[in-house]
Amino acid sequence: MEIDPFIFRLSIFILSIFIGYYVVWSVTPSLHTPLMSVTNAISSVIIVGAIIAGLAGNSEGTFTTSNILGLLAISLAAVNIFGGFLVTQRMLQMYKKKKKDN
Amino acid sequence: MSANLSAIFYLISGVLFILALRGLSSPETSRQGNFFGILGMTIAITVTFLSTGSFSSGLTYVLIFLLIGGLIGAFIAYKIPMTAMPELVAGFHSLVGLSAVLVAVAAFLNPEAFNLGSPGKIKLASLIEMSIGAAVGAITFSGSIIAFLKLQGIMSGSPITFKGQHVFNALLLTSIIVLTYLLCSTQLSNYFWILLAVSFLIGFLLIIPIGGADMPVVISMLNSYSGWAAAGIGFTLENSALIITGALVGSSGAILSYIMCKGMNRSFFNVILGGFGAAEQSTSSQDKEHRPVKSGNAEDAAFLMKNASSVIIVPGYGMAVAQAQHALREMVDTLKKNDIKVTYAIHPVAGRMPGHMNVLLAEANVPYDEVFELEEINNDFANADVAFVIGANDVTNPAAKNDPQSPIYGMPVLDVEKCKSVLFVKRSLSPGYAGIDNDLFYKENTLMLFADAKKMTEDITKNL
Repeated sequence: MEIDPFIFRLSIFILSIFIGYYVVWSVTPSLHTPLMSVTNAISSVIIVGAIIAGLAGNSEGTFTTSNILGLLAISLAAVNIFGGFLVTQRMLQMYKKKKKDN
Repeated sequence: MSANLSAIFYLISGVLFILALRGLSSPETSRQGNFFGILGMTIAITVTFLSTGSFSSGLTYVLIFLLIGGLIGAFIAYKIPMTAMPELVAGFHSLVGLSAVLVAVAAFLNPEAFNLGSPGKIKLASLIEMSIGAAVGAITFSGSIIAFLKLQGIMSGSPITFKGQHVFNALLLTSIIVLTYLLCSTQLSNYFWILLAVSFLIGFLLIIPIGGADMPVVISMLNSYSGWAAAGIGFTLENSALIITGALVGSSGAILSYIMCKGMNRSFFNVILGGFGAAEQSTSSQDKEHRPVKSGNAEDAAFLMKNASSVIIVPGYGMAVAQAQHALREMVDTLKKNDIKVTYAIHPVAGRMPGHMNVLLAEANVPYDEVFELEEINNDFANADVAFVIGANDVTNPAAKNDPQSPIYGMPVLDVEKCKSVLFVKRSLSPGYAGIDNDLFYKENTLMLFADAKKMTEDITKNL
């Protein structure tokens, strides 16, 4: 009997939850705000679905509702991706160690 | 690009996202971690373009929309003040939720594009995954909007409750399952629209009863939801990058919620069911109101600190509101010049989101190795000369340790009262969000400094 590909995806999902659990517990509490902004940025990888929807079956240059929703979702996800990574970067730049001469 | 090859690239970007979170285990590796995240995202987007294989006119539109969103995002990221991070994160969560909804609807209308069957004949598993993704996305969206409005102060931070609220919410949640079942058995699109509408309503109703100061839990919880929504869509699209990311973000948000709840000694359900701080006005606060307090001015505070050899600073949300972090660091610089040892003590729920105070102090150029968490520093209060409490209140309340009647009894607090003297910067004697009086105000060794946090810190610096 063949195994449904869904089971493989479910396995990835469950194992990733465990990875997430251990990785996030090792995040230092002082970086919890950057953690939130970076998780926010990476969860916008949902843009992958938006691009597929935006490009689907569009050779004549006419837009279906599905195309338009895809394009809107691309913009929303892009706000998050650029905004999320850049604001994380901006925050992380500020974390500095004590200077020696101080 | 073949489906197998692109699947391998999606796996690589999933692994890069894991490394991005791993990098945050210390500030030194964190910037590299962020770079891994950006790399993973670039790979995922490029591979999607390559695998759709259509470089038609549609591509131009996709790039235009990508650019518009990117520019808006970059602009916000550079302009946003650090004190507004909680609002920003809540706003961003709502966007993840909304894009999940849009992608789910697009897939529902045009299932061929995603290899899910044809309209009216969508594969059963896909339909269930789609419904879950859309429902969780919609809850994330409307919930985050409410959280955003509360944090911005556009909506009152006080909890909104009505009779039968919990029963009503439970009914709505049950109806989601019923609607998903009906949708799967009939394939009628109307059930899908009702499902979406009900989910938006749930998100709204879920957050309105939660008070402003419980926002750290709410933001973490919505962070978690946005992850589960992404994972749901990932199953629909059969995309491992999305599934991995969704699981990572989902568990990350769940852990942060747990840490925040523990910081307040409350169960997750207690927070979610809401209403805290409205009904539980402590009765004992009335008769304590007229007890004598010692109040002082900037000169007295400067005198105390000048004669101290070690000072511990306890910042809270009030410091963020007054934007006092820069003034505070200047004061600390002056203290250090006088060879006074200064450290910072951060309570897990200080501020409006996890790690809020750490970011603000980092912004004001406070080195992160002078900033300590509750467990690391709590024993040091007994040996310190002065505790300088700025904008914090409930997290220092000794009632959490010695008054079983207190609503915050059992909550871990900073042992500020063990210091030789306590300086408490506060606008007035009004109680904190928990609506309870702080015994610390009336202690023999406490000097209250009634003023705006920023102005008081500046005045102290002048007197040092």
